[in-house]
Amino acid sequence: MDALIGQLPVGLSIGAVLLLAALGLNFTFGQMGVINMAHGELIMIGAYTAYVLHAWIGLNPAYSLLIALPTAFAVTGTLGWLLELGLIRHFYGRPLDTLLLTFGIGMILQQAARDTFGAPNVDVPAPAWLTGGLTLTDNIRIHYSRLFILALAILCVVAIAYHLNRSRAGRQMRAVIHNRDLAATTGINTRKVDATTFFIGSGLAGIAGVALTLIGPTGPTLGTNYIVDAFLVVVIGGLGQLRGTILAALALGLLNATVEAWADASLAKLIVFAAIVAFLQARPQGLLTVKTRALT
Amino acid sequence: MAPTPPGPRTTAIAATLALALAATTACAPGDPAGVTDDTVTVGMLHSLSGTMAISEVTVRDAVELAIDEINADGGVLGRQIEPVIEDGASDEATFADRANKLLNDDNAVTVFGGWTSASRKAMLPVFERNNGLLWYPVQYEGLESSPNIVYTGATTNQQIIPALDYLREQGHTSLYLVGSDYVFPRTANQIITAYADAHDMEIIAEEYTPLGHTEYSTITNDIARTEPDAVFNTLNGDSNVSFFQQLRSAGVTPDDSPVLSVSVAEEEIEGIGPDNIAGHLTAWNYYQTTETDTNTGFVQAFTDTYGADRVTSDPMQSAYNAVHLWKAAVEEADSFEVDDVRAALDGTTIDAPEGTITIDGDTQHVIKTARIGQITDTGLIDEIWASPEPITPDPYLTGYDWAADLTG
Amino acid sequence: MTAPALITRLRGPLTFLGLLAAALLVMPLLLEPFRLNQLAQYLCYAIVALGIALAWGRGGMLALGHGVYFGLGAYAMAMHLTLAAAATDPLSPGHLPQFMVWSGLTELPWFWRPLTNPATAIAAALLVPTAVAALLGWSVFRQRVRGAYFAILNQALAAAFVILLIGQQHLTGGSNGLTDFPVFAGTSLYTPTAQYTLYALTVLTLGATYLLFRHITLSRYGKLLIAIRDGEDRVRYLGYDPTWIKTLAYALSATAAGAAGALFVPIMGIISPSLIGVIPSIMMVLAVAIGGRYSLAGAATGAVLMNAAQTTFAETFAGGWTYLQGALFVIVIALAPRGLAGLTRTAAQALSRPTPANTTPTPETTTGSHP
Repeated sequence: MDALIGQLPVGLSIGAVLLLAALGLNFTFGQMGVINMAHGELIMIGAYTAYVLHAWIGLNPAYSLLIALPTAFAVTGTLGWLLELGLIRHFYGRPLDTLLLTFGIGMILQQAARDTFGAPNVDVPAPAWLTGGLTLTDNIRIHYSRLFILALAILCVVAIAYHLNRSRAGRQMRAVIHNRDLAATTGINTRKVDATTFFIGSGLAGIAGVALTLIGPTGPTLGTNYIVDAFLVVVIGGLGQLRGTILAALALGLLNATVEAWADASLAKLIVFAAIVAFLQARPQGLLTVKTRALT
Repeated sequence: MAPTPPGPRTTAIAATLALALAATTACAPGDPAGVTDDTVTVGMLHSLSGTMAISEVTVRDAVELAIDEINADGGVLGRQIEPVIEDGASDEATFADRANKLLNDDNAVTVFGGWTSASRKAMLPVFERNNGLLWYPVQYEGLESSPNIVYTGATTNQQIIPALDYLREQGHTSLYLVGSDYVFPRTANQIITAYADAHDMEIIAEEYTPLGHTEYSTITNDIARTEPDAVFNTLNGDSNVSFFQQLRSAGVTPDDSPVLSVSVAEEEIEGIGPDNIAGHLTAWNYYQTTETDTNTGFVQAFTDTYGADRVTSDPMQSAYNAVHLWKAAVEEADSFEVDDVRAALDGTTIDAPEGTITIDGDTQHVIKTARIGQITDTGLIDEIWASPEPITPDPYLTGYDWAADLTG
Repeated sequence: MTAPALITRLRGPLTFLGLLAAALLVMPLLLEPFRLNQLAQYLCYAIVALGIALAWGRGGMLALGHGVYFGLGAYAMAMHLTLAAAATDPLSPGHLPQFMVWSGLTELPWFWRPLTNPATAIAAALLVPTAVAALLGWSVFRQRVRGAYFAILNQALAAAFVILLIGQQHLTGGSNGLTDFPVFAGTSLYTPTAQYTLYALTVLTLGATYLLFRHITLSRYGKLLIAIRDGEDRVRYLGYDPTWIKTLAYALSATAAGAAGALFVPIMGIISPSLIGVIPSIMMVLAVAIGGRYSLAGAATGAVLMNAAQTTFAETFAGGWTYLQGALFVIVIALAPRGLAGLTRTAAQALSRPTPANTTPTPETTTGSHP
């Protein structure tokens, strides 16, 4: 039992990582129906942004992480915005085409990263204040880097929720998602809203990338490790449902950690997949759904 | 059926045919196969894209360096080496297909390549069927000896067993095994378990994670709790980054439980971050710091060619040696024919960066010294132990009584 | 239907079958054995493409996990070939495959045993993928899971299948997969005759699958399938049960993939988890998108073309071919949403309306892609 409680922080932190990777997809996939396979590559670019700030520009690791977060948001956000402007906007309503299109873009970005930064992984040193962890009991340890990711995930969620619910731009975004035509008739510039949504979704990928440098390898294929899991989170949560995405990420993280406590990690992944298929049997539209006339 | 006009479809098919035809006419048959009066064609087959590019691109660099050196020095039997470079794309079928192409289309007299066991297993039938010769540069799980492959990396009795000998000498008798879920770690851990049974050592746990896994909190917390004398790490590539970062966060230091890794070389340390891994151990046959005259020259030449920030590692060195060993065997045989070269393999010796190495003709593996190293905070590895003499390869572990059950 | 109309209508299929006949007779004379082997591989993917064109192009099901069905067929055949090789191998005590011996197994696992018989293996290669697809299809279509949901679920299935194969190394050969298949039913697979026979068999299977699927799409059932793609709920209101109609198409497409896998194994000499995971599954769909999802012949041609292009790019620019491949995908998807087979139609629409991609009403727009 003690060992199981020990898995609680592990599960929370796995959930936080999944949530960060999936938050951006909640916008681009969940709200706009774009299956952006290049999302993984945007995460990768976010991670390399942290690397560039540290290794090329020479920022002190003690604070370069904090600078990397907004920088990566801007870099990948801009990249996503350009993608939307140049290609993706022609493909709304055709999810599979967006998948294939962005898969090709992902291939190009991955090879570009390999040619720019070299094929081997690079080192993005964590700030000294994030090494080590809290020992609560013999079985319960929380790493500072995990706490940081958890805090970051919460911060992002709060910021998104504030944006969606309180700001004018966010309310317009929600209006467009619920009923595009009606929103357009009230004078909302839907093109601008689409572009903004994509900018934010892609920017969140950059933040996830920076966070991932704390717990994993930074290399050209970084994003491919997370992409399927991230999509699953959004699907389970219910498309376009911020709360659903959060719940799904945490549930998956906890489930993974619990199963891992008594089975090995390979088996744990398999059991989680089986659970997902079973879950979608019961709730084919995900945890939370929105019923509107526009979405059938 | 949607009434689609046939025009473009026909065009597309015509294009396919044209493409296939263009591909066939591209080859120029060499006579005798791949050798002209001034050149000899060899193949290089590594993953230059996909997940394995992380490791294999640097091996390609080392092979190219060796080829350039040999060419600058007059070539092999008076012929300049002309490498044909193919991309295995981290995909076994591609490896098999490109190997086929190198042997049949480019008429490569020999091929340097492969990294994963899966890629080697995929290429093996191709080389056996076409009687080609593959030089495979990476330490691996043993239990194989093909007449069409020369294994220039270590087999298990040149890496894993010496590592266990070392741990036992140091009084580390309880081991925690962690590995990626594929053939090398599973086989290695079987050997380790059999060894532990025979030598009164205790295996505390045996954990596997999927390739590319990044969540190690559960395992690192478990290591912190069980406090093994040592951790035997057979994780592959990327996962090591997460594992060592999270092990450090869990508060496990090299003094508590040193981690002995068999797949972490100089090349990977940069990505893991020297801070996270300094003080831990590795088992290889070569380090950048290995003190031989040949190594000084090798490291110098490598950094001159590819940049001062590049490091050399065991697999790169084994790949580099492969080219030189092939040259020596060809010159001994005075022929590029595979059968002649194979006959000349036994006893072929070169002064390699890791010291003098010799091919064992029976197994077509290389007789080499095992070395335990400790990782420094500059990202290099210092040798702290070496086998008293070079070890003869024994891929089926026939010379070890306790391993009798393993190989059936 | 008037005679000229009939000829026009049959011109495409006849061209395609004519090309297959040419491929059967002419290509072996033109190509070196190993290029013929490559072409045979591409044709295997063309069979998969026919299946995907049926499920996706006709039925609107985003079949992004066909690597699994390809893999099930391939593994069934590869397991049989492994056993055939072990039966003659002096190093295999008890005729166990070597990887099982090293994993400590002393007897053959139960699900391997029936596969000693070549006929059972062929049957399993066709029936197991069909059954798995039927089960999955029935359970999710019943719940009206569709569009992007179905696509992601397929991807997850591919990911889980790969993890299972790698994790159960002692039963499946793990990440190394199964490889080196010298004999089938007592004959060597390495002779040129055997390789030609395999090639011919692949061409014939492709032709037969094409005719079968074409027949299906032209039947009343095929019309229902398209109706479901374009408006599932409306078909439901008319009294049909879309679950069974969709499940059948999905299962048939899995059968095609299984057959392709079974042919692929003796041709390629290897099957491993990395050939059937998430990315290979996407590649299979990409081939169909490039060739033309609404045309069976186009999809099959697309598979050959895409794989040939990939090989050509990779052999020409070993270091940077992925740029070309990625660019090819982007350009074809962006400029030719109906694929190469639909180029003239796309071009005609482009001429009549200035912004084609924006306004081309492809059927997918009207499906329930947005759940």
